[in-house]
Amino acid sequence: MPLSTQPETGDDQYVLVASLDNVRNLSNILKAIHFKDHATCFATTNGIKVTVENAKCLQANAFIQAGIFQEFIVQEESVTFRINLAVLLDCLTIFGTNSLPGTSTALRMCYRGYGYPLTLFLEEGGVVTVCKINTEEPEETLDFDFCSTNVVNKIILQSEGLREAFAELDMTSEVLQITMSPDKPYFRLSTFGNAGSAHLDYPKDSDLMEAFHCNQTQTNRYKISLLKPSTKALVLSCKVSIRTDNRGFLSLQYMIRNEDGQICFVEYYCCPDEDITESEL
Amino acid sequence: MRFRAKIVDVACLNHFTRVINTIAKLAKTCTLRLTVDKLYFILTDKVANGGVSMWCELNQGNFFDEFQMEGVAAEHNEIYLELTPENLSRALKTAQNAKTVKIKLTNKHCPCVTVAVELPSLSSSSRIVTHDIPVGVIPRRLWNDFREPSVPDFDVSIYLPVLKTMKSVVERMKNLSNCIVLEANLNGEMNLKIETDLVSVTTHFKGLGNPPWVSEDGSQNSTQDRDPESMAEARIDIRKLLQLLAGQQVNPTKALCNIVSKRIVHFILLHEEVSLQYFIPALA
Repeated sequence: MPLSTQPETGDDQYVLVASLDNVRNLSNILKAIHFKDHATCFATTNGIKVTVENAKCLQANAFIQAGIFQEFIVQEESVTFRINLAVLLDCLTIFGTNSLPGTSTALRMCYRGYGYPLTLFLEEGGVVTVCKINTEEPEETLDFDFCSTNVVNKIILQSEGLREAFAELDMTSEVLQITMSPDKPYFRLSTFGNAGSAHLDYPKDSDLMEAFHCNQTQTNRYKISLLKPSTKALVLSCKVSIRTDNRGFLSLQYMIRNEDGQICFVEYYCCPDEDITESEL
Repeated sequence: MRFRAKIVDVACLNHFTRVINTIAKLAKTCTLRLTVDKLYFILTDKVANGGVSMWCELNQGNFFDEFQMEGVAAEHNEIYLELTPENLSRALKTAQNAKTVKIKLTNKHCPCVTVAVELPSLSSSSRIVTHDIPVGVIPRRLWNDFREPSVPDFDVSIYLPVLKTMKSVVERMKNLSNCIVLEANLNGEMNLKIETDLVSVTTHFKGLGNPPWVSEDGSQNSTQDRDPESMAEARIDIRKLLQLLAGQQVNPTKALCNIVSKRIVHFILLHEEVSLQYFIPALA
């Protein structure tokens, strides 16, 4: 096997070793959070979490559970490093994004620890690529303190119901206003753009609505430029859970089924844009 | 000086179109040399095109049903024209399902290559689209500038891997770096490497095979004495390499490259009666 051509120095010098038969199970999910080039990777025995942030108001996390990998070894309690996500994605897709059916790129990923590069061995059809990506000083990531006990409203939708709405968001509007309510209009998306306002209502008994748990009427605005990148995750996902807490913070959880039928999650947290007063409603 | 040629076969037309599209991707302007048997598309290594040069050769008999040419003089029975291959490529776009395509040298205000496309028509009258592509006639005293480049005295000659794979690797590498190191040995191994402050990437190909070259006196090339494991390498402009890999539409049956260490990489793509040679100089 080509992947075993690497020097037999043993894996024990690595704090992280992960192997994957189909690299797209990793690259596709990382693409869903690629709206900034810097990402923080956080690995434990449970798997890898990759975090990307923007403007201290938005955070996206991709979770790749250990079970997705064919081999997954973490030697320390947790391993953290920062990496350029654009470079990582170019390396992961070095053999192209649409490989022929029946062929896939295998990956072995190793990290020796603080100060060392992340090493990738990729193999497809007997051709081997070795990448060494320099890692950077990890930075503290934001803690949104989004706690399920503080969740006020929660909706689970089939993603197709939201896909068109997000793809066609009126980008001349500065904000996306989300209304969730136990009464009419139940779930409403509104934009206020140059050409006027648009409101999109989802009835509570719609086929697309998998769960509807709204306890009180909440209307919050979020910067549309911050939410737009989440479309990448939405496109890949089959279901989305939309939650808001008592502070108006928004959590979007996307359930993504990979090519092998396994489930991964991508989650976006966003701060509300401003408080809106009753008179504006 | 006269030239007229005609294509009627759809397969020949498609093939010819693909060759012209490839030339258009590789050169903004080039020289078209016409002889009795062959057409040549030539790009000489001017500084303006980054020192890259090209030599593409096709047998007219493989494409044309009629091919008449009369050069400037009986003893110099050739024509040299300067043209923009993109214009020819655009003219051939309208010829996709043509019944016939006629290409001739005309003089309308200025010298032109005229492409007359006869399109299928339901009525008895035929539909003809005509493109006049202005060209420059290159005088005979300058012909010496367009000699066929000799195969350089290379260190290593090697068959290229599947071009589709090589293209996607070079495409990603282009996102990461401006130059690429191409290295190969006589053991059928080739590596593509980039290195920047952020990342180093190396793709290893093996089992490619080294073409047998026999020099003119019948003896084997001097590369025979070379250590088969030792790599010959050249650092080249990654965009020039990608231009060749992404631009080529000839789907070569044979593709190989010759490396002159630290000097030049010479690519040869062969498809039936078409041969395309492309030279990329090494960066300092």
